[in-house]
Amino acid sequence: MALLDIFAVAGSAMSAQTVRLNVTASNLANAQSASSSVGGTYRARHPVFAAIHASALSAKDLIPDDSDIASPKGVKVLGIIESKTPLELRYEPSHPLADKNGYVSYPNVNVVEEMANMISASRGFQVNVQIMQSARDMAERLLSLGQ
Amino acid sequence: MSISFANALGSLPQALELRSRRAEALSANLANADTPGYLAKDLPFAEMMAGTQHSTLPMRTSAALHIAQSSSDGADGDLMFRIPLQPAVDGNTVDSQTEMAAFAENTVAFEASFSVLNGRFKNLIAAVRGE
Repeated sequence: MALLDIFAVAGSAMSAQTVRLNVTASNLANAQSASSSVGGTYRARHPVFAAIHASALSAKDLIPDDSDIASPKGVKVLGIIESKTPLELRYEPSHPLADKNGYVSYPNVNVVEEMANMISASRGFQVNVQIMQSARDMAERLLSLGQ
Repeated sequence: MSISFANALGSLPQALELRSRRAEALSANLANADTPGYLAKDLPFAEMMAGTQHSTLPMRTSAALHIAQSSSDGADGDLMFRIPLQPAVDGNTVDSQTEMAAFAENTVAFEASFSVLNGRFKNLIAAVRGE
């Protein structure tokens, strides 16, 4: 029944947006995590979303991940990538983590971008909650047929 | 004269079925509102509803290579791509506002079809009881 599939679709979107919010929280929490080496510095992370297609699900051989079968259509998090933007090097000789040239490397987290991501993720979550409520109301109405 | 469900209910069951399928398509669009490259799809309700009426002559396929007329058999191919109003840089064509409006409209239409269908059933019950 199509109405009940909406729960899986909206649920997948809600979990994907939660992952996005989680990553954003991690980025914002580490926005000022200084490090003495470029390699050890925190880098901004971003989730990559991809659609789950019903047509791909019907061909069993094409499915790379078995966990996708349960939801007919929706969205999944393909993975989380690290941002390629260069790190921010600041000249702070008095900093305890400064290297021999006096530079401290700070993460490449763009705080403004992360705030925009946070709003977008929470709005996306909200929309899917509304969809789920509507679908539930419709299904409940259908169950009361003939009463 | 016997009571016939097909005559009493008309095309309302098909309408409800299509409405719930459209709700699923629209919810998939909203779920992928942030997916790069996702193309929004919608169910052409009026066309598909007309397809269930059998008022027009159906196209016949006489060879294996003929393409069958689109039907409401539940196949995914019935979905049509939405023409984007303002496509995003990442190739996503989902416009959340459009989709929400379509979803709300679809829900109201579902309720309307449901109310009429419910009324038909009440009429049938009244007829059976002879009240």
